[in-house]
Amino acid sequence: MKIHEYQAKELFKTFAVPVPRGEAADTAEQALAAAERLGYPCVIKAQVHAGGRGKAGGIQLARSRADAQKHIARILGMTLVSHQTGPEGKRVRKLLVEQGLSIIKEFYLAIIVDREKEMPVIIASSRGGMEIEAVARDHPQAIFKMHVHPVTGLSACHIRNLAFKLDLSKVQQQNFGALLTNLYELFLKNDASLVEINPLIITDNDEVMALDAKITFDDNALYRHPDIAAWRDVYEEEPLEVEASKYELNYIRLDGNIGCMVNGAGLAMATMDIIKFYGGEPANFLDVGGATSVDKVKEAFKILLADKNVRAVFVNIFGGIVRTDLVANGIVYAAKGLETKIPIVIRLVGTNEEEGMRILRESQLNFVTENVLADAVRRVVELARGD
Amino acid sequence: MSILIDQDSRVIVQGFTGREGTFHATQMIEYGTRIVGGITPGKGGQIHLEKPVFNTVEETVRETAANVSVIFVPAPFAADAIIEAALAGIALIVCISEGIPVLDMVRVKNFIRTTASRLIGPNCPGVISPGKCKVGIMPSRIHHPGKVGIISRSGTLTYVAVDQITRENLGQSTCIGIGGDPIIGTTFIEALELFRHDEQTEAVVMIGEIGGTLEEQAADYIGKNFDKPVVSFVAGQTAPPGRRMGHAGAIISGGRGTAAEKMAVLKKNGVHVVENPAEIGATVKKILG
Repeated sequence: MKIHEYQAKELFKTFAVPVPRGEAADTAEQALAAAERLGYPCVIKAQVHAGGRGKAGGIQLARSRADAQKHIARILGMTLVSHQTGPEGKRVRKLLVEQGLSIIKEFYLAIIVDREKEMPVIIASSRGGMEIEAVARDHPQAIFKMHVHPVTGLSACHIRNLAFKLDLSKVQQQNFGALLTNLYELFLKNDASLVEINPLIITDNDEVMALDAKITFDDNALYRHPDIAAWRDVYEEEPLEVEASKYELNYIRLDGNIGCMVNGAGLAMATMDIIKFYGGEPANFLDVGGATSVDKVKEAFKILLADKNVRAVFVNIFGGIVRTDLVANGIVYAAKGLETKIPIVIRLVGTNEEEGMRILRESQLNFVTENVLADAVRRVVELARGD
Repeated sequence: MSILIDQDSRVIVQGFTGREGTFHATQMIEYGTRIVGGITPGKGGQIHLEKPVFNTVEETVRETAANVSVIFVPAPFAADAIIEAALAGIALIVCISEGIPVLDMVRVKNFIRTTASRLIGPNCPGVISPGKCKVGIMPSRIHHPGKVGIISRSGTLTYVAVDQITRENLGQSTCIGIGGDPIIGTTFIEALELFRHDEQTEAVVMIGEIGGTLEEQAADYIGKNFDKPVVSFVAGQTAPPGRRMGHAGAIISGGRGTAAEKMAVLKKNGVHVVENPAEIGATVKKILG
């Protein structure tokens, strides 16, 4: 789960990770009042779950009240389009107003779990403020990594090594050490999967501060952090995905026109791949999961058909744990209730498949049933084309 | 021969009396797996499915000489269950539970390394040596004893591959679901190493997916050390970057972990890569003749 910058900075403050003074605002009046309290220069920052806000015009420096008014009016409510938002962009519903600071150096600092080494890794770079992927590609020598073994935790050597590589003065080293110690604590205590500060700045009086803050949390661990789970912002998510999550359906919307309903994440991905292989375009990823009920299948169908791009639907169920007769009942129930004209190709293989197929046939509904995977996919691709 | 489990494996179930544990233990017993007991803390002394229930794994091992444990406890308690099994000296721990926090697995994996135990999973369908022993949740009926080893990060997609192998009359030596999480107990390389020394296994099907670098590491290992033919499919060729495709581990991040990249490296190391998952069985058949 992602959160906004202003929320991440709230959490930073709780863990004594220094951030600039600032206030979040929902309205232009609140934002201007915040700017007046903070004084000028101040920075007006759009709050959306996407990087590239600066280039997209979502971060502006205000040197006066008139300046602040102008920037607030332009940013609040704008549709921000960056390389991370997709072409449709994201609407700005909230601002963060922050004090302006005199910066003498900018760095990059992040903590993630390194899957290969199976432990957290601290990543730092002397090239702050730039996209880290670009730095890794063009200046790999400017990226420094230190792994933290769970037995030792963060040790003084981690801090010392990074501080020397970043060429910090003695005072800066101390401030950096305190910040990193607290940041690592925050990472562990909150089950973060990513904590990223870009840029981490050094001010003209040697303070080390997080000018930006990005945190992603491990969805599997949210159950033990209800306070963080409450920070979820559904406006930042695709509405159909939010709807799907209510029914514990794993749905991701894509650009194609063949709606897919599959059990199992791997098979759902493979189903998308095979549709593409035969010249079609999947409209979504949808894993209905292991313990499927009639109601869940019905909700899944509703969500699939709510996507107006969908021209044909492919149901691909391999019943191991899932009983295919239950899935068949759900499909019939859903199709009757939704009265859809969209063609539906169904492949049910596995547990109780004879019973499942019988239910589909006797429903008098216009389903296409195919048992061979390749044949079923060819058929649904044709139907989506209107053949 | 088969690997990891066979007719002599003595299996216990952690989370024995729960809904999942009961259902799948019943299926395993029906398959012929030697379930010798189970654990549900607080229910020690009871009899469940005609097997003894214990409070701790240590006690279960002492009373039953178990050497394999399968874990069905809910995710918040699963890391603890793995640690308990390893402390009790269980040789093979198979964790089915889905949704274990990554930082729990960081601790567990680095601990397991210091023990003699092997962990399979979590978030996996388990292990089956057809005709001998099943430790997991896979549908028994599609499996058939034979000469193909299967290793997979995905559940249902594995069943699709198994089904194709069975329909080609090749059968399977052992099928291992290694799990869909970012940190797992046994990787492709370790599973391949076991198949390398198994006489029953003549070819291996390896099913990967987007995210991480396990497939790339396996490709390198295969190129250098593995003489048996390997057929591979990598799910997620059409997956968008930055989105978690169901499994916690299936995510393309920072431009790394794409299916295209994995398929290219596998091919370069002599692996037969299939782009169409409907052709896994036929490809193995063609190679083995």
